[in-house]
Amino acid sequence: MNLSADAAIVLPELIVAAGGMALMLIGVFLGDHSQKLLSYLAVALFIGVAALIDALPGGVAFNGAFRADGFAAFIKLLVLLGAAIVLIMSQNYLEREKMSRFEFPVLVVFSVLGMMLMASAGDFITLYLGMELQSLALYVLAAFNRDNLRSTEAGLKYFVLGALSSGMMLYGISLIYGFAGTTGFAKVAMIVQSGSITTGVVFGLVFLISGLAFKVAAVPFHMWTPDVYEGAPTPITAFFSSSPKIAAMALFVRAMAEALPSALDQWRQIVIFIAILSMALGSVAAIGQNNIKRLMAYSSIANMGYVLVGLATGTPDGVQGVLVYLAIYLVTNIGIFACILAMRRGEAMVENIPDLAGLAQSQPGYAFIFAMLMFSLAGIPPLAGFFAKFYVFLAAVKAGLYPLAVIAVVISVVGAYYYLRIVKVIYFDPPAPEFEHRMGPTLSTIILVSGLFTLFFVLGAAPLAGAAGAAAAALFP
Amino acid sequence: MAGWPILSIIAFLPTVAAIAILLLRGDQEQVGKVATRIALVATLVDFAFSLLLWANFDPASADFQFVESSNWLGGGITYKMGVDGISVLFVVLTAFLMPLCILSSSHIHNRVREYMIAFLALETLMLGVFTSLDLVVFYVFFEGGLIPMFLIIGVWGGPRRVYATFKFFLYTLLGSVLMLLAIMAMYWQTGTSDIAALLDGQHMLPPAMQTWLFFAFLASFAVKLPMWPVHTWLPDAHVEAPTAGSVILAGVLLKMGGYGFLRFSLPMFPVASERFAPLMFTLSLIAIVYTSLVALAQEDMKKLIAYSSVAHMGLVTLGSFTFSHEGIDGAIFQMLSHGIVSGALFLCVGVVYDRMHTREISAYGGLVNRMPMYAAAFMVFTLANIGLPGTSGFIGEFLTLLAAFRLNTWLAIVGATGLILSAAYALWLYRRIIFGALEKPSLEHMKDLNPREIAVLASLVAATIFFGVYPRPVFTVTQASVAHLVELHEAGVAAARVGAPQ
Repeated sequence: MNLSADAAIVLPELIVAAGGMALMLIGVFLGDHSQKLLSYLAVALFIGVAALIDALPGGVAFNGAFRADGFAAFIKLLVLLGAAIVLIMSQNYLEREKMSRFEFPVLVVFSVLGMMLMASAGDFITLYLGMELQSLALYVLAAFNRDNLRSTEAGLKYFVLGALSSGMMLYGISLIYGFAGTTGFAKVAMIVQSGSITTGVVFGLVFLISGLAFKVAAVPFHMWTPDVYEGAPTPITAFFSSSPKIAAMALFVRAMAEALPSALDQWRQIVIFIAILSMALGSVAAIGQNNIKRLMAYSSIANMGYVLVGLATGTPDGVQGVLVYLAIYLVTNIGIFACILAMRRGEAMVENIPDLAGLAQSQPGYAFIFAMLMFSLAGIPPLAGFFAKFYVFLAAVKAGLYPLAVIAVVISVVGAYYYLRIVKVIYFDPPAPEFEHRMGPTLSTIILVSGLFTLFFVLGAAPLAGAAGAAAAALFP
Repeated sequence: MAGWPILSIIAFLPTVAAIAILLLRGDQEQVGKVATRIALVATLVDFAFSLLLWANFDPASADFQFVESSNWLGGGITYKMGVDGISVLFVVLTAFLMPLCILSSSHIHNRVREYMIAFLALETLMLGVFTSLDLVVFYVFFEGGLIPMFLIIGVWGGPRRVYATFKFFLYTLLGSVLMLLAIMAMYWQTGTSDIAALLDGQHMLPPAMQTWLFFAFLASFAVKLPMWPVHTWLPDAHVEAPTAGSVILAGVLLKMGGYGFLRFSLPMFPVASERFAPLMFTLSLIAIVYTSLVALAQEDMKKLIAYSSVAHMGLVTLGSFTFSHEGIDGAIFQMLSHGIVSGALFLCVGVVYDRMHTREISAYGGLVNRMPMYAAAFMVFTLANIGLPGTSGFIGEFLTLLAAFRLNTWLAIVGATGLILSAAYALWLYRRIIFGALEKPSLEHMKDLNPREIAVLASLVAATIFFGVYPRPVFTVTQASVAHLVELHEAGVAAARVGAPQ
């Protein structure tokens, strides 16, 4: 493999990196008022790169350290989609909250670069570098509202805990390296397979999973999530809950399925354990929340628990379930955050659930979609969220993980309660003062599109499931 | 009719109407009026289509008819629709009750547009349950119905509507999700989710697995039916729901549970059904006797009828699990009849509730003096609820108890006490509301039925008496399919007996 062949494979990442730097230069040159321009340029960059990823054949570069396979492409498309929509829907908010600074799109672009690397990681070093690049950009984004106490607190918390988890992961990687003598996923898989699985590798595995669990916010490494979600500016929370979650989950899946497939019995126990804890804690703790962003934080913890159920199977069906789940979760979640962004009364954003009271009477269309998104997250058919859970559970049942599947569905009923509580506030309660009516064309378009997706996914479930199945097959040669 | 996807048309016509209503613009009141009109026309047309379906149904065949299928999720999970003798009449029942519900909703004044949309969406989902021929499609329709019903009870319900609707939703959901896992397990075991294929006798499930699947399906259907002891959501939901919501709940939603037993549990898990029939009988008998006694003690009219529904549904499970032709025929007839009669009783309650805004039995008395027509209609439904010969209620109860008697005398004796008790609570209710002197001053100005109410109740009276006197049209349709069902069940049990070393 010569350099030019490798470069052709990492071309999308190179373009994003160059684009990010160019945007930074333009930003420095033009100053803060160029934020809007830069954001739209970044969106154009994302769209172009997405098209490129779709067109490129893919391959393996740098001796297996970078893999541009179907799985990576699927994840990258989701990540790019999520980031592009978040950039678009942030505009109004940033301007009104006086946070329109040129660093915003630049940081998003760099974190996306990190996520793309994570999706393609074929080596523990790539994994770590991608993750750090993404995380560092996100730490800054969390504290983006730098004059606000809650926002800076969120950034600091995220940073300290994130650094801790990175350290743990690095320690785990070093243990695996110490026992396997290599950091490449494929080689580690070969070595672990040929010999018996030593205690050292299991130790490394535990630390590695701890670090990954932190990134996907799975219990017991979830503590940062509610605070960061609540403290960060809303569009950034939307970003946190979409693209980075997807990239981290992709990394989790890839590290387990590619590097340690023969240690399935070892890591499955841990994954099942954190899946159950995440689902249970996310669902139960969300019941008491009053702030909708905090509620969404617990909801995302629970959702990651369901995704982990798919991973716990360790089969192509399970990974297909994971991918379908992530895709649907992305659209639903962004829709909900767009709805939250539209919660504005006068000059101030409102974030408390009782503020939504009687929305169905003042803004029926908006309220209807909000409610449908909630039903979707609760997993009620025929909405999209049902199919997310459907594929994951289907894989779990096929793999014979009956107790896990039963626990998961029973917890989903508990989870349904708090989603219904929001529907109740929207539909059954007497109206609170109305929100500002003009939410802007971009926000209403995003809400509408995600609502239509949620409602009509039932008609077109097969193509997405098929694409996810093909992508999942890439991990299981 | 060949080539026309008539089942999809019937199922999705209400959705089309709902979308049309969604697009209406204009001032609130005008929109409400137009929405009601569209909903009424759509449901009437749908009813006409369902009659067409009934007329074109070939009763000699036990196969699924009007089958349509197209690709959906892949992997053998297809969008497949079809009806047989067991399901076709439930389609007709649903389509029959819907226009009546729309007609009896004139007291709804707030958010009429949303109300109509919710009902039309609910109709699609209910019809889908009875027509789907794929387990996953069935599940989507089955559980999807929770969303509109949740909103109907919660938005247009009574004072404790929030509690009632949450209880309804979560109870039903908990039952359903276990069924979902069972559906998945069946899919992996047999490689298909096609109901027709699962019923062809080629896909025998291992007996040990049948037990688990039976209980998972039972969790769902027992809550939906509802069976004792998981019936407690029903009185709450009924009391708080608006009149039309109660009608649909009692008339159609409860039937999904009974239909589920006949469609899935009996033929697909024959060994487990046979094995746990004593359990089902016990629960049915407790439901019949216990809830009848509870009904006696009720102060609220709707609650009384709700408990009586639980008792009547007990007869359905009793009949179904006798695994005999009469028992299953009786169960189906009982469900159809109960759909008409209990729906009608809730409408009767709605009539006086609209005028007095209370459901307390003690607030009424002597209505016959002011409302003779109402009293007559109420009388017919009360007698049908008791199961008087000549009303539709009699046929189902008679056949069910006949089947029970052949199996075990005690079963029939205890089951029959339910009839006696039902006479006690139903007649007592009637006496307290209709007869006696008109003493309460608030009742002085009660008006008798208006033309709209006459139209609604008259059609129900006609159906009640017609099927009581001449039940043949129903049995002609069900005969072949029920015989096939009994055969399938017996073949399944026999096969397991041969397979298992004694």
